[in-house]
Amino acid sequence: MKRVAAFLVAMGTVVVSWLHMGLDVQYIRTAPAELLDLAVRMFPPDWGYAPEIVVPLLETVHIAVVGTIIALTVSVPVAFLAAENTTPNRITYAIGKLIVTVSRSVHVVIWAMVFVVMFGPGAFAGMVAIAVRSVGFVAKLLGEEIEEIGFDQVEAIRATGASSSQVLLYSVIPQIKPALVGIGVYRWDINVRSATILGAVGAGGIGVQLFNSVDAFRWSAVLTILIAILGIVLLSETISARTRAMVR
Amino acid sequence: MLEVTNLRKVYPTGDEALTGVSTTIEGNEIVAMIGPSGAGKSTFIRCINRLTEPTEGEVTLDGTELTALDSGEMKTARRNVGMVFQEYNLVERLTVMENVLSGRLGYVSNWAALRRNFPQEDVEMAYDILETVGLGGMENKRADELSGGQRQRVGIARAVVQEPKILLADEPTSSLDPDTSHAVMELLTEIAAERNIPVLINIHEVHLAVEYADRILGLHEGELVFDGPTTDLDENAKDVIYRGKALAGESSSNYVEGSDTVTGETEPTDKSTITGD
Repeated sequence: MKRVAAFLVAMGTVVVSWLHMGLDVQYIRTAPAELLDLAVRMFPPDWGYAPEIVVPLLETVHIAVVGTIIALTVSVPVAFLAAENTTPNRITYAIGKLIVTVSRSVHVVIWAMVFVVMFGPGAFAGMVAIAVRSVGFVAKLLGEEIEEIGFDQVEAIRATGASSSQVLLYSVIPQIKPALVGIGVYRWDINVRSATILGAVGAGGIGVQLFNSVDAFRWSAVLTILIAILGIVLLSETISARTRAMVR
Repeated sequence: MLEVTNLRKVYPTGDEALTGVSTTIEGNEIVAMIGPSGAGKSTFIRCINRLTEPTEGEVTLDGTELTALDSGEMKTARRNVGMVFQEYNLVERLTVMENVLSGRLGYVSNWAALRRNFPQEDVEMAYDILETVGLGGMENKRADELSGGQRQRVGIARAVVQEPKILLADEPTSSLDPDTSHAVMELLTEIAAERNIPVLINIHEVHLAVEYADRILGLHEGELVFDGPTTDLDENAKDVIYRGKALAGESSSNYVEGSDTVTGETEPTDKSTITGD
């Protein structure tokens, strides 16, 4: 009975949403023809355009690298605030959780729009957007890791007469270090992909060229850029996976 | 010299783990604290360096009243108390050397600790102690690559490198096999003699306590019911420690009445004196 009810509710939701959007299925019929048309216009890729995107491509990677490093630096203290076992009191815990939630609940493109307004268009705004969005992600995962550490090891260092910062350095950080590296590299990999679309709002990177080419209907150049993005994403994913396998 | 006076601990749950324990440990004696599980042995040891905060009573080490110190002063004072744990409590991802040197943290600045920059004397001392505990040449291994016995030796080295005035060991052999247990107990007795410091060991294996300790403390339900030389630990005394006074036979010389510790040297004349009054 419960299952039937759940099924009906789910179906009802789909129908209501569908009707609300006024979806028209006739476009599905024309889709294959449109796709073929696009493919014909795109192919072959414009290899002559390739030298022009080398610099924006490097900029994309740099946005991700610098943004991730800034995010890691900021998120370590935030993670200590947002972890129940290291936060000084309820208020600091709430502050830590608030930073995490605010950072995570806004999409990177929206952050980029905000920072383009603040700092003007370009890679700097994109880098700040990447950093701000990543702080919440890294601090949340790192905070969960801190909550899982072995308290016995912490206590043993306390018993030697070490100060609180020394306890962090010699017991807490060694325990979260593999997680810190793993999360950092993983986030960098996500950030490379994010940085490719920041150009949509003028926040630098390869996206600027991509959206300019789309607007100019230079489809063969678009294909060149898409191939380049695919290459860079595959590369960053490989580096990320390899590095995470190396730390233990 | 460690003087404990009327040490009492009541946990927030209402459990009274220690009911008012008094004793003195000095010289380079090996003192074994025995008693059934839950008797308060760990609580007693942890109240000495205040990893657990005692509810009442005083702990004094070489004239410093530890129970009167604020948390900053207590951190400094903890340098004088070496502690060895049942599960070794090494920082698993650090090397043997880093684990041993962490025993010197109380003597170096945060900045030096961050840069892993310990004074040359500290490093030399760490090498010497590793040699003493039989781990010479192992300094660059990671703690998680070691066997249980080796880990406990690192744990002991970390405590000894503090140059403590007393060594506390909380069930140091409970996670080890019999041969390794003997080796660890021997090492602890050697350290006491060599460094001329007392060692207080919580232990549930009575035969190890009898073999290595100079003196036995018997704890039953948070009460110190025996305090005397190892030679005085007879069957009756064990009965009192493990089954409680009520169930055990009545006459023996080493029972502690309330908080007045009757030591092994005292003849069992207390009761007759009291009745005589």
